[in-house]
Amino acid sequence: MSLLELRGITKRYPAVVANDDIHLNVEAGTIHAILGENGAGKSTLMKIIYGATTADEGQIYWHGNPVRISSPSAARQLGIGMVYQHFSLFESITVAENIAIALDRKLDLESLSAEINLISEKYNLLVEPDRLLYHLSVGERQRVEIIRCLIQNPKLLILDEPTSVLTPQAIQGLFVTLKQLASEGCSILYISHKLEEVIQICDSATVLRGGKVVDTILPSATTTGELAHLMIGTQPPTTQRQHVKINSSSTLEVCQLSAAAEDHFGSDIRDVSLTVRGGEIVGIAGVSGNGQAELFKLLSGEKIHSEPDTIRINNVGVSRLNANGRRHLGLACIPEERLGRGAAAGFSLRDNFCLTHHGRNLLRYGFIKYKEADRRTSQVIDRFSVLCDGPHAAAESLSGGNLQRFIVGREIELNPTVLIVSQPTWGLDVAAAAFIRQTLIDLSRAGSAVLVFSEELEELLEICDQIVVMYGGQMSQPVSRSDADIEQIGLLMAGEGFSFQTTAQGY
Amino acid sequence: MRRLTLEQRLHPSVAIRALSPIAATLITILAGSAMFYFLGYEPLGTLRVFFIDPLTSVYGISEVLLKACPLVLIALGLAIGFRANVWNIGAEGQLTIGAICAGGIALAIGEKDFGFTLFIMVILGALGGMAWASIPAFLKVRFNTNEILVTLMLNYVALLLLSYLVHGPWRDPFGFNFPQTALFHSSAMFSPVLPGFRVTGSIFIVIGAAIIAWTIVTRSFLGFQMAIAGKAPRAGLFAGYRDNKAIWLGLLIGGGAAGLAGMAEAAGPLGQLLPTISPGYGYTAIIVAFLGRLHPIGVVFGGLLVSLIANGGESAQMYLGMHSSLSQIFQGMLLFFVLAADFLVFYKLKLVTR
Repeated sequence: MSLLELRGITKRYPAVVANDDIHLNVEAGTIHAILGENGAGKSTLMKIIYGATTADEGQIYWHGNPVRISSPSAARQLGIGMVYQHFSLFESITVAENIAIALDRKLDLESLSAEINLISEKYNLLVEPDRLLYHLSVGERQRVEIIRCLIQNPKLLILDEPTSVLTPQAIQGLFVTLKQLASEGCSILYISHKLEEVIQICDSATVLRGGKVVDTILPSATTTGELAHLMIGTQPPTTQRQHVKINSSSTLEVCQLSAAAEDHFGSDIRDVSLTVRGGEIVGIAGVSGNGQAELFKLLSGEKIHSEPDTIRINNVGVSRLNANGRRHLGLACIPEERLGRGAAAGFSLRDNFCLTHHGRNLLRYGFIKYKEADRRTSQVIDRFSVLCDGPHAAAESLSGGNLQRFIVGREIELNPTVLIVSQPTWGLDVAAAAFIRQTLIDLSRAGSAVLVFSEELEELLEICDQIVVMYGGQMSQPVSRSDADIEQIGLLMAGEGFSFQTTAQGY
Repeated sequence: MRRLTLEQRLHPSVAIRALSPIAATLITILAGSAMFYFLGYEPLGTLRVFFIDPLTSVYGISEVLLKACPLVLIALGLAIGFRANVWNIGAEGQLTIGAICAGGIALAIGEKDFGFTLFIMVILGALGGMAWASIPAFLKVRFNTNEILVTLMLNYVALLLLSYLVHGPWRDPFGFNFPQTALFHSSAMFSPVLPGFRVTGSIFIVIGAAIIAWTIVTRSFLGFQMAIAGKAPRAGLFAGYRDNKAIWLGLLIGGGAAGLAGMAEAAGPLGQLLPTISPGYGYTAIIVAFLGRLHPIGVVFGGLLVSLIANGGESAQMYLGMHSSLSQIFQGMLLFFVLAADFLVFYKLKLVTR
């Protein structure tokens, strides 16, 4: 008898059927993968199992009995725990307090701390109960989330993309813990789109595509290629890289840049130096929260620095210019937040085109040439195959992938000599991600200097010519792609070899 | 368990959006009728006094336009600021300072007729309002103060300054000790559009302002930048628009319009400075701006509607003996229903069973 069984689960949203007649069996003591692209319906399905939303049709069976899971607390009472991809922890209180808040039973902090230490030792999930949360690294935060579930003795633990924020070494540490849990009889639902991981640790895998179950398979008897084919329905697209031809007229140089964080929870930038030459792509790897967001703002001009020569674009010091001033010198940027930062919600694509193109002959006597803007917006839409209702479609009406295509297209259309992009393929399906990566490669090969911030190391290894690592607001020496060693980059990501150590510990 | 939730509409209908103010007006009429009925007034007759009677004579129409002029002018200016999330609640004070500046020069010139006294007054009125609004703008840009509080408090300062002037140095020596200035010379006043009626040539300033505001909002890069700064400030920062510019412009445009409206009151129906220049136009204009959805064309209609109801309320007081607070309740109902209807264009109520 299965621990958890879903029969005919269907969930409709106004614009889309997120889950369509899903059948799923999870056996006790197994690690079961839910594999699918972004938008395949994985998250909706997990929310249904965890009671965060309810299905329109279908039935859930727990130990063979039909159950209604109407809320997360009902799910916890059954013995289901969940670790979301984006943690729900409070920064300003301690680890133990964070765990106490989520507990359905009352417990004094001292005995709770003892219990935390017990679990922490047993499963090798090192955390200290009385540390304040904002000191903790991302890996530690995840451990807090996992302990928070384990303390309730779950029979089923759901993990949503748990490795997306971890260093390669931390991922292996997590896997040891998960295997130990499974061997003790706790089932694990492992949501991922990373094929190697699924093959490495999962006992079975259910593949979703477009809200439907495509197949349920034995991962150990398959290859990443077969899995990818199941997941996206066609052969996975590949990117083409040509040889680097350095174009010395386009450069981005950062020279001994230091800046204090804007607030308590941000990271200071410490003496960062970096050069990106025209014709090459440099990638910035690192666990999020190590100063990448702050550095991006300093480079884009969203934040201004008082010493003019710390940042130079094509040999001109730009630190004191705002984003518009830097754009005139050939810089284009693509931030990680698409709606609200890269594009303005509540405005049409045409208006969002004007957002960064107004300096390109779109104004006459202070008035916007709307017809011309319409025409050029349509060009971007055509050239970058943006699915939308034309230039007057509202930015928020586009899917994440299409909006990213539009934003990338808009910035490429500026013919930038320097392009800075953060998390270029976050949340995109495989085809859209491959398209964006190819676009970035093509831009660099046409002579522009391209800098990519990404949390996905695989992505950086695929498209970059050089990789640097950020840790605690510092930057490592560049490693060229041919010499890149995942182990070594992983150690750098965990802070090894950096002079300044944060109070947060690596794995 | 059943509960009501709000769900965003994926494709808000354009037709419904256009019709929602009309629907809101109809609902206001229904709810207002019910209120009048339960208070012992005959609903249809009362509505006639409110909506029809003011429009049945040329004099009535002139009175509606007279009140609508300052409301529309101020609301046009405020709406541009509100679109950029600049919350100027100080139009009443800016109006007062505009009237003081314009009135001061009119009194100084006295009986001499240069031929361009009125023009100077227009300029000084607008500059006075802008100067008053530049105080909260400077404080906000420099010290990040809250412009709502500063503009609101400056209203009291302006009113007390006016009170001091008309009770003290500027009091008419031949005015039997009443707190008022001397009457302005005719060259320092707008002439009536039609002899015998109170609405003056300043209405053309309002029409001009509406056209300019429409151009700024719908066509200019300036209006575009301010709208981005208001609705998507982080996108504005990303694009490199200076948000201080939006604060300065939002307050200066609102202050200038309010100062102009104050000048037009002093040089129009009043013809002198009195302890109160406006019956709260600066506050009512906030309602007008939102009734008009912060769009210049909407503001023009919103101003006319509010003015109509205000005049109707005065008639109801005179002819039906209705208390003035009832007509204000009626205005409040209208605003409530307009905003509720607007909200329901974008969201729908849904009963969820869980």
